[in-house]
Amino acid sequence: MKFLDEYRDAARARQFAVATARTVTRPWTLMEVCGGQTHAIVKFGLDELLPRGLELVHGPGCPVCVTPVELIDKALEIAARPEVIFCSFGDMLRVPGTQADLLSVKARGGDVRIVYSPLGAVKLARENPAREVVFFAVGFETTAPANAMAVAQAREFGLKNFSLLVSHVLVPPAMEAILASAANRVQGFLAAGHVCAVMGFTEYEPISRRYRVPIVVTGFEPLDILQGVLMCVEQLETGRAGVENQYTRAVRREGNTPAQQLIREVFRVVPRKWRGVGEIPQSGLSLSAAYAGFDAEQRFGVADVCAEESSECISGLILQGIRKPHECPAFGTRCTPEHPLGATMVSSEGACAAYHRYRRVQAAQS
Amino acid sequence: MKPEFSTSCPLPLADHPNVLLAHGGGGRLMNQLIEKLFLPAFGNPLLNQRHDGAVIDVRGQRLAFTTDSYVVRPLFFPGGDIGTLAVNGTVNDLVMCGARPKWLSAGFIIEEGLPMETLWRVVQSMRQAAAAAGVELVTGDTKVVDKGKGDGLFINTAGLGVVGHNVVIAPARVVPGDVVLLSGDVGRHGMAIMSVREGLQFESTIESDCAPLTAPVLALLDAGVEIHCLRDLTRGGLASALNEIAVAARVQVDIDESALPVREEVRGACEILGLDPLYVANEGRFVAFISPRDLPRALDLLHAHALGADAKFIGTVGAGTPGLVTLKNRLGVARVLDLLSGEQLPRIC
Amino acid sequence: MCLAIPGKVLSIAGDEALQRAGRVSFGGILKEVNLAFVPEAEVGDYVIVHVGVAISRVDGAEAQRVFDYLGQMGELAELQPDSTGKSAP
Repeated sequence: MKFLDEYRDAARARQFAVATARTVTRPWTLMEVCGGQTHAIVKFGLDELLPRGLELVHGPGCPVCVTPVELIDKALEIAARPEVIFCSFGDMLRVPGTQADLLSVKARGGDVRIVYSPLGAVKLARENPAREVVFFAVGFETTAPANAMAVAQAREFGLKNFSLLVSHVLVPPAMEAILASAANRVQGFLAAGHVCAVMGFTEYEPISRRYRVPIVVTGFEPLDILQGVLMCVEQLETGRAGVENQYTRAVRREGNTPAQQLIREVFRVVPRKWRGVGEIPQSGLSLSAAYAGFDAEQRFGVADVCAEESSECISGLILQGIRKPHECPAFGTRCTPEHPLGATMVSSEGACAAYHRYRRVQAAQS
Repeated sequence: MKPEFSTSCPLPLADHPNVLLAHGGGGRLMNQLIEKLFLPAFGNPLLNQRHDGAVIDVRGQRLAFTTDSYVVRPLFFPGGDIGTLAVNGTVNDLVMCGARPKWLSAGFIIEEGLPMETLWRVVQSMRQAAAAAGVELVTGDTKVVDKGKGDGLFINTAGLGVVGHNVVIAPARVVPGDVVLLSGDVGRHGMAIMSVREGLQFESTIESDCAPLTAPVLALLDAGVEIHCLRDLTRGGLASALNEIAVAARVQVDIDESALPVREEVRGACEILGLDPLYVANEGRFVAFISPRDLPRALDLLHAHALGADAKFIGTVGAGTPGLVTLKNRLGVARVLDLLSGEQLPRIC
Repeated sequence: MCLAIPGKVLSIAGDEALQRAGRVSFGGILKEVNLAFVPEAEVGDYVIVHVGVAISRVDGAEAQRVFDYLGQMGELAELQPDSTGKSAP
């Protein structure tokens, strides 16, 4: 496939690895923020191509992982209602709430459906006027345009039976929270290319300056990630700290302005709780006043649902790059993809699940 | 390392008070169900082999016996329907025992209200598929359930086949040094179904690979190729089949991603939905574990058949870690090719 | 996060702002994709699609940059006689 295959070329990947090995003179710790990049790194074994001492830690960029447990509980409550068609991206279905997950609601008769796009949920609402269609709107800035589009279309169509359960989060506040932590080990960031395709990267410039940390906007294919790592290491080795763009084929400095306009119209910035991390100020999106009528939490009266997370799960430390999955005492024993304690083990993009799936043997031997 | 599902999960059934879809998904949960519930209840030497069917000795004549139920939505999909699946799936389970399939039973569980024309179309497909596979449908059963209590139509088929040789085909015969052959490209059936599933649809020319595997397999057996184990790839795809055999045979299996044929369209669909084609279902593909000295001959024999034209040598069996399957990817890095916990779900991220 | 892949725009229909849509091919798989956020995209262009919505048009000229970068690295390496010798094939 064009614009995919050429970025998975083995010979060029090795060239990047060699170039990186030549550039590195001392240990560095980089964080890829995005779960999609974590998935590619582990799946393609990119970290094994990199020199020893250059460590990649996996950030909080998996929307499935960071969705707080009480929001899952709200989803479970709404999805169990007989009048509701509850639509979600596939990977949310296995994320555990306090007691259960969406798959088990489905097993007990709830009408839970996987959709590829929020626009598919709008279509379902038009086709089923007698039912309430609720879409579980999770995601980062990348998904916000599609979710905003869904509500905007629903309003244009005059749909009264469509609503969103919103758990949107924003990347820059999470990066700042990591950098501001006393335990921070991250010296450079690979910023998530698709988030920046929407938002651009001017937001990252003050962060880079304030914390003197290189930030490289990076794509998702092996060569993208390897180049992003190399560009980050080059900055570190030469004492520079700025925002650079590796993913120029998709990301412009100003981002996608029509998408940003609709996001601003449909959503407003709010404080948001991140699973495993806690509340981060101004780190999420909720529906704006103009679209409040599409808020499923209000419509189904679940705004007050509260929940506690597992105390044994260290996903918060993992999401901040402080610990690695196999350093958790529960990893692979009390916590497995079948019986996850926290969401980093549930989502196939979560760092723990990725390690469990691809690294179990090394972890067992180390 | 011990196989995961026998040690990591002392109380899987208590943990799941209700049966989940994943318990039938061909992954880890289904394995747990078999290990913890079915085998303890029914265990016997034939069942414990955990092969696709049982080979029974009846006064010197070896018979292969198997059963399978078919629940697919939608009932009709590009390249086939529930009827073709119900015939070919059971035929293939017999073939994987090294048998020539001969007789099938068919049990129909029909939901009240199913259009008669739908049932007629399915039955016609079964008739054609049976003729193509050289089997006869010799007994059957019909039940109708209340509207809302079934999903249109479920079909169960059982099959009997005759084993015309003395070769034992079973995971236990797989030994280090064996080579692994794959009969063709993977992922087509699952993606053909996905292409017509509500909420995920896309346009493509992908058709299910659903087909009877009798001819290519019997060609190998008739030529005296030293086959140790056969497994058709169904739910859970290639990755699950290899894992099951690695566990049952207590060997390590190492395969090479660059040898695996996947069609461009299947790859495209998998990229969109975030799925891995190695876990996607097939209905007309198998892996053969054979002695390395027969490798060139076996490939030639498979290539002579339409259903084996794309057959590839994909990997080898080693002593390493029993139960482990590794995949050397296109960048040359080896990683674990694990059994999934349940069904593969489309990812957003 | 955010699985998004490039596909080729085969046709475009609907000009109402929110409903500009097109048929996009991903290695032969065709999907209807909302193109409202990429007004500059034309038939034949590649767009990056996430959950049914195009979020960016792929810039063909910029797409070469990864390889150019390697080319430059290669030239630099040739200028350094003491390079590790482990260079890639």
